Amino acid sequence: MRERLIERGLAVVALSALGSLLLIALFIFIEGVPLIIKVGIRNFILATHWAPTRGSFGILPMIVGSLEVTLMALLFGGGTGIGVAMFLSEFAPRWSVRVLKPLIELLAGIPSVVYGFIGVVVLVPWIRKTFGGPGFSVLAAGVVLGIMILPTVIAISLDALNAVPPSYREGSLALGATRWQTLSRVLFRAARSGIIASLILAMGRAIGETMAVIMVAGNALLISASPLAPVRTLTANIALEMGYAVGDHQRALFATGVVLLVVIALLNTIAFLTMRARK
Amino acid sequence: MAPVCSSKLASRLIIVNIFYPVRKETHKLILALMLVSVVCFCCRTGSKNSLVLAGSTSVQPFVELLAEIYQHHHPGVEINVQGGGSTAGIRAVKEHICDIGMCSRHLNPDESCWLTAIPIAIDGIVLVVHPANPVANVTVEQARGIFAGRIRNWQEVGGNDQRITVITREEGSGTRASFEEKVMGGENFAPDALVQDSNGAVREIVAHNPGAIGYISFGLADRRVKVLAIDGVQPDEESIRTHRYPLARDFLLLIDDTQVSRLARSFIEFVLSDEGQEALAEEGLIRVR
Repeated sequence: MRERLIERGLAVVALSALGSLLLIALFIFIEGVPLIIKVGIRNFILATHWAPTRGSFGILPMIVGSLEVTLMALLFGGGTGIGVAMFLSEFAPRWSVRVLKPLIELLAGIPSVVYGFIGVVVLVPWIRKTFGGPGFSVLAAGVVLGIMILPTVIAISLDALNAVPPSYREGSLALGATRWQTLSRVLFRAARSGIIASLILAMGRAIGETMAVIMVAGNALLISASPLAPVRTLTANIALEMGYAVGDHQRALFATGVVLLVVIALLNTIAFLTMRARK
Repeated sequence: MAPVCSSKLASRLIIVNIFYPVRKETHKLILALMLVSVVCFCCRTGSKNSLVLAGSTSVQPFVELLAEIYQHHHPGVEINVQGGGSTAGIRAVKEHICDIGMCSRHLNPDESCWLTAIPIAIDGIVLVVHPANPVANVTVEQARGIFAGRIRNWQEVGGNDQRITVITREEGSGTRASFEEKVMGGENFAPDALVQDSNGAVREIVAHNPGAIGYISFGLADRRVKVLAIDGVQPDEESIRTHRYPLARDFLLLIDDTQVSRLARSFIEFVLSDEGQEALAEEGLIRVR
């Protein structure tokens, strides 16, 4: 009897986690989708003019901004992260792994506002003085996010590399391959799906990050190919304007959330499928 | 707040009831607990000794300060000051979600027939630039050109050969709405204008970027930035109070006259008293009395 009660209780707890997720999604859709239907999906995600208090709801600049910033983050954080994971799995002496790994995990625990603050104080003025422009830019946001996604990339890539059966490594070395040849041609290929999954998860993290991006991206409603141009991301749009938004403006922010939710759900699904393909 | 919480509680209890084969007495106990918590919630928000203000984030920091002084004089009184923006403040007063609304823009006729607006101070919106910028005066037209992105270099308004970095506030902000009304004349802000969500953030960028221009509350401009004259009028106490300076605006407290608590009246009296006005003046606002 007691056993059953505990089992049921735990089931309720598990269901409430799932339930709250569903409720949040449902709520965002109920608030946001009617506006998308009202202005038309074309006028929402393909229009470039955003002035919600005057009836213009184009979020294309934010979609482009989010993608630019995310790609830039992958450029900085993805390559570096995979490099670090390779070093830790193959070349680093054991004691240094024991020091470095917890330090990298600590990086994930730093609040994003701290990253943003350092970005504003150090990175933005440096970009302004070195490259011109206002400093608040895709580049600044990309670098800050690149550092923020490092722990995700490193942890998952490292797990993937470590999960490669030791016989692969031993076989390759026995055939006379150097350590680098073994790493780049055998281990890296064997761990490829895990490494790709780490990049996709990092992408989800980058696209969802808000505070640090608001602080360094400049939040301008601009579509520009220049990495020095200020941009606004989808998340920044919601957080910047939610304080004052009422009526259709508020619904437009929820609709922005719908687009964001769909993008992140897609990314996570792809990551899940690539991870499963490995097994 | 109260109904949301209690219904959430109720829905959770329903789930519990489905899954737990509990005894009847327990049902009663849970029901009683639920009632008690609901009653507690009502008591807390409806208490005679608490006051809720909501609205303009431009007015909010000043009212918070006044609330602090008032609470010091009247121990036991609890004053809760929330933001939300002028529009949200107006709505909150209408729907009796708050006791007093805070507003930093003109009321439109259909709002002013519902509410009583009490001016508590006058604020100027000032254009700020980097202290090293030689430009000291612009016309309203020039300001519009700069913020609309037609004027892109400081040279065009008599300054150095330097690109202008425009900083504006986010859509929905009261300061932005006043600025649009008084300067922009229906034009849009430049698409590459940086957008920041507080006076402080705008000031911070201007203080560090030699080419930047932004607009903030007169009371929040300090020595780290340089304040521009507009149409030859330097913003100061006198020019703002007389509205000779073109970007002056009234800070209002809003009440629904049919339903004002004694505490709300007492607080407004305090704000308009010499002590309250002096506190506002010390923060850089212009007294109304």
